[in-house]
Amino acid sequence: MSNILFTNARLIDPEAGTDERGALLVEGGRIVAQGHEIGVPEHVEVVDCGGKCLAPGIVDIGVKVGEPGERHKESFKSAGLAAAAGGVTTIITRPDTHPAIDTPEALEFVTRRAQADTPVNVLPMAALTKGRQGREMTEIGFLLDAGAVAFTDCDHVVANTKVFSRALTYARSCGALVIAHPQEPGLSEGAAATSGKFAALYGLPAVSPMAERMGLDRDIALLEMTGAKYHADQITTARALPALERAKKNGLDITAGTSIHHLTLNELDVSGYRTFFKVKPPLRSEEDRQAVIEAVRTGLIDTISSMHTPQDEESKRLPFEEAASGAVALETLLPAALRLYHAGQLDLPTLFRAMALNPARRLGLASGRMSAGTPADLVLFDPDVPFVLDRFTLKSKSQNTPFDGQRMQGRVLATYVAGLPVYRRD
Amino acid sequence: MSFAHRHLLGIEQLSPADITAILDLAETYVALNRQSAKHSDVLSGLTQINMFFENSTRTQASFELAGKRLGADVMNMSMQASSIKKGETLIDTAMTLNAMHPDLLVVRHPHSGAVDLLAQKVNCAVLNAGDGRHEHPTQALLDALTIRRAKGRLHRLNIAICGDIAHSRVARSNLILLGKMENRIRLIGPPTLVPGQFAAFGAEVYDDMREGLKDVDVVMMLRLQRERMDGGFIPSEREYYHRYGLDRDKLGLAKADAIVMHPGPMNRGVEIDGTLADDINRSVIQEQVEMGVAVRMAAMELLARNQREAA
Repeated sequence: MSNILFTNARLIDPEAGTDERGALLVEGGRIVAQGHEIGVPEHVEVVDCGGKCLAPGIVDIGVKVGEPGERHKESFKSAGLAAAAGGVTTIITRPDTHPAIDTPEALEFVTRRAQADTPVNVLPMAALTKGRQGREMTEIGFLLDAGAVAFTDCDHVVANTKVFSRALTYARSCGALVIAHPQEPGLSEGAAATSGKFAALYGLPAVSPMAERMGLDRDIALLEMTGAKYHADQITTARALPALERAKKNGLDITAGTSIHHLTLNELDVSGYRTFFKVKPPLRSEEDRQAVIEAVRTGLIDTISSMHTPQDEESKRLPFEEAASGAVALETLLPAALRLYHAGQLDLPTLFRAMALNPARRLGLASGRMSAGTPADLVLFDPDVPFVLDRFTLKSKSQNTPFDGQRMQGRVLATYVAGLPVYRRD
Repeated sequence: MSFAHRHLLGIEQLSPADITAILDLAETYVALNRQSAKHSDVLSGLTQINMFFENSTRTQASFELAGKRLGADVMNMSMQASSIKKGETLIDTAMTLNAMHPDLLVVRHPHSGAVDLLAQKVNCAVLNAGDGRHEHPTQALLDALTIRRAKGRLHRLNIAICGDIAHSRVARSNLILLGKMENRIRLIGPPTLVPGQFAAFGAEVYDDMREGLKDVDVVMMLRLQRERMDGGFIPSEREYYHRYGLDRDKLGLAKADAIVMHPGPMNRGVEIDGTLADDINRSVIQEQVEMGVAVRMAAMELLARNQREAA
């Protein structure tokens, strides 16, 4: 059975905010003890971590799997393998599939497919409005009963404020979490880049970073009106941060996330019209990137997501304006996040607070912690080992990563879900 | 004379020496084009394909004539009508053409960066004949040659570029070229068409045309690209003409010998007064068209030379 004693580990505990040597005992799929020294009980497998890092497995809100509709881009099987190899132990799937996950029946399909094919935990989100069209709300109650952990129209903004306010009100009565994409849809229509010198030079249709703040301001006003439980999927600009801070201070039930790409790349990386760098919202200025890192450090931004979005080569080998948005990131999330650690900007407990503890807390999951009683979803990684990323080694069916050919530092050695190994690096 | 580029994708990649080299060679073709026997054979045996994914009469004719005068076999393909409608991607189109072994590919495309993308996939030299709102390098080069011939130099001039800067690849390429040659550039237009970001290129931005035209040597007008607009950038054509149309009154603020340019096609009475456009003492618009053929001949010769050396 899954009884393991991890010894000689560098334990990253985001709850306690500690990064210390120690041992961790797992029994029956759960963590039962953590300490400097733990005596070896009987019938236990001992894993000597060799001083490497042991942290709670990543809980990734907003992963796109191509089922149903685009299985050639990513299946539950390939997404699960990629997640395991990336130290992601829980993926929270997006409903922006074809068709959208907007009925309990569609949600059951996702749950069934995920259980059959995926070694990591999969928890589905459902659409907030039918077909993600922003007109009528979905069956939030039934979907909750069927296992939806949150409701979102993904990158579609519910532009009609009456529809959105009713959906928020109804969701509140069910205790459902609504995840929105703060963006003023009129201003950002047709944009492929962030307005500024770069977009002007490259002649790309651009959106002002102000569109994010306007979207967030609107949503915050609706939260004051409705009292709903709300999470902003990606905050990527400096100008949106004061509004977020005020809303939190005023006691609204609001949290916010950001994407790993906005934390580690900026608009200049797009140079040469490289479509693998086309994401939504578009990459921002370096000042914005720095401000967002600082907001993760202080905890103003709660979560970091991969925003894993598989796209096949055909969708990306197009002129920049026409190319599809999004990047795969399940496997590169941790190595990319470690760039911030190596740059001295975020320590490991802070990173795992944003990648494991906070997302789990927000969704009411028991995981994301290192304390006794928690499910033993764990990642063992070496934060220092350098490598050059070759995108064709990724386990995703799609290999649209902006980090192809880049130097990375830090690799997953093993991943455990409920105490069972789901990935081991040879 | 060496020209170390495989393609001509933009002014961005060119050095001042490259620019001068193209213009100097173009001068020789201006002379050739004015003779009755206009033929040269520097491109003989080479195949030039003009691929226009966007409507063009003038630029396509200019490239076609340039190729023919240099002895190339020229083929025109109107891509709007053909395979794109059948769902073929740009890359597939490029691969198909590549298999026909052209030597020079002249490409216009409605999306910024599309010509760069195509150039990565073919073996021949690619000339950008305009990509989205990004670059239109031969237009900037022909403008530069026109200015150099009219003013006797291509540096330390005050040059005003007026109109729809935001949607204009001509403006971008000119801004880059004239900046590289160390001129002072003013951008003039309503703020909806001249975003403030352009100040970052070292240009001065004016929304008052009278203010902006004071003491300039060159007035470069742009076409008001109505087909590019989502609508609502300006209140009306007549208000635009009143505030930003070039007429004798506004031109009076520029230097007495200032020249007037326009890349064409013109909207008479929208961005420029019709009689002013025809005034041979001020307007060099016809000369621009003439320089266009010469500059394109020069650019193609330089690229073909590299092609032949590589072969």
